[in-house]
Amino acid sequence: MSAHAELLRTPAALDVERIREDFPILHETVHGKPLVYLDNAATSQKPRAVIDSLVDYYTHYNANVHRAVHLLSARATEACDRVREKVRAFVNAASTNEIIFVRGTTEALNLVAQTYGRQNIKHGDEVLISGLEHHSNIVPWQILTDEKQARLRVVPIDDRGVVPLDRFEKALNERTRLVALAHVSNALGTVNPLAKMIELAHRAGVPVVVDGAQAVPHMPVDVRALGADCYAFSGHKLCGPSGIGVLYGKEKLLEAMPPYQGGGDMIRSVTFEKTEYNVLPYKFEAGTPDVAGFVGLGAAIDYVNSIGLTGISEYEHELLAYATQAVSRIEGVRIIGTAPEKASVISFVIDGVHPHDVGTILDQEGIAVRTGHHCAQPVMDRYQIAATTRASLAFYNTKAEIDALTTGIRKVQRFFA
Amino acid sequence: MTSDLNDLYQETIVDHSKRPRNKGALAHATHRAEGYNPLCGDRVTVELNVEDGRISGLGFEGSGCAISTASASLLTETLRGKTPDEAEQTFDKFHDMLTQEGLLPSDLGKLAVFSGVRQYPMRVKCATLAWHTLRAALRGEGQPVSTE
Repeated sequence: MSAHAELLRTPAALDVERIREDFPILHETVHGKPLVYLDNAATSQKPRAVIDSLVDYYTHYNANVHRAVHLLSARATEACDRVREKVRAFVNAASTNEIIFVRGTTEALNLVAQTYGRQNIKHGDEVLISGLEHHSNIVPWQILTDEKQARLRVVPIDDRGVVPLDRFEKALNERTRLVALAHVSNALGTVNPLAKMIELAHRAGVPVVVDGAQAVPHMPVDVRALGADCYAFSGHKLCGPSGIGVLYGKEKLLEAMPPYQGGGDMIRSVTFEKTEYNVLPYKFEAGTPDVAGFVGLGAAIDYVNSIGLTGISEYEHELLAYATQAVSRIEGVRIIGTAPEKASVISFVIDGVHPHDVGTILDQEGIAVRTGHHCAQPVMDRYQIAATTRASLAFYNTKAEIDALTTGIRKVQRFFA
Repeated sequence: MTSDLNDLYQETIVDHSKRPRNKGALAHATHRAEGYNPLCGDRVTVELNVEDGRISGLGFEGSGCAISTASASLLTETLRGKTPDEAEQTFDKFHDMLTQEGLLPSDLGKLAVFSGVRQYPMRVKCATLAWHTLRAALRGEGQPVSTE
């Protein structure tokens, strides 16, 4: 193939073969077959740079942060500060005070529910979510609304897996106190028209919390351009280590929120009579943080930036279009979630074969997919299915891997024919 | 580890998954329980009639994967005529076969087709869902059982 033809094949001009060299795990074999990792919505794989950053931290400057005068502690503290600034720039927050480190998206959403939510949601109020949400953007609000005798209102999705804007707008009312929305659906891949939805919510005077777990790895995210009041995401889906995530919040909002957990680091002074809380962002970061996680997240952001999220987004978009065409061409296979705007995810069912059996047979071919309800049971209920098989893509996946998937699907069909 | 898919999906299993026996509600069931596997969303209801200390009839309803459907189907075939105690003993042996290396009880009859499941730890719960549910039905436990 000529250099020009090669460019045409991957218009985003990502050198995927070279990128794959950065990921040691992509060279593993599974059941004697080369690994085809298509479970990126669950967690992404980690490049060597991220793995090395963890080893480097533990080898050379492991120490607790914000506590001691010794050199290692100073280096670890500096590393944390650097990563906070990196994250701020990555999502274009106004200040590092707006970047709270948490364990992941789930913790971030619970933090907002238990602080902002408990302070502001009262009897008879409404929290508005969409029918697309992951359990972690449902249950924290259920806990809250149950406690406050408030109401959790849901905007249903249509047959394509789209949240219709007119229904969303209609659901906003004088009792709505908070809107919580996925940026990208983990089960279907639908990309919500978030900027527009936030504009509608703000017009009704309602702040918006965003579950960005499935968006941040796949597209450039600018929290200020979106207008999000809070935006949560996880490091482990973004090539970073597990156990580290981010809550972005508008500074004014975070200032007014009560603390989440009490402990070290989140205080300025403590007596038995009264405790004075620390300033942002530390007010929300009680206890020794996941310093290695910070370091790994920083390395992950550097790595992703070195490739560029615009290029990643274009490449994955093409890969998703290729996969969608290839899978929908197979007779007896139905794609669940056909929104016009999608990212990374292709969820499907095969006539007469349960997704768990699909998953086991694909696994024998070295193909890792997710099967089940994807922690989004209400989405499954909407389509009256118990489960789907979900292939979710990353920038290191290739068309050859999509071909392996379709070959695998045909094998499944033959097996149960 | 290489495992042959045919060890897991033996002919009998595929057959029972496609044409499950005793599927449907049982008239005048004396025992009934619901089971749920939150991992995959599979649900099963097992109903049975116990008369004069023996299981005289069994039926199941629900939807699930090939392994769980075939397991429920073969359960209903295997346990007819057994006493509740014998049914529980059969479950214990079945469970041991699925979880312990090198154990292939000789008296499990057709249920031995599930021995390949042992090589697929993620699927053991699929094979045991109906059995856990059966035990709950026999013991008259009101709450739906969960594999988790």
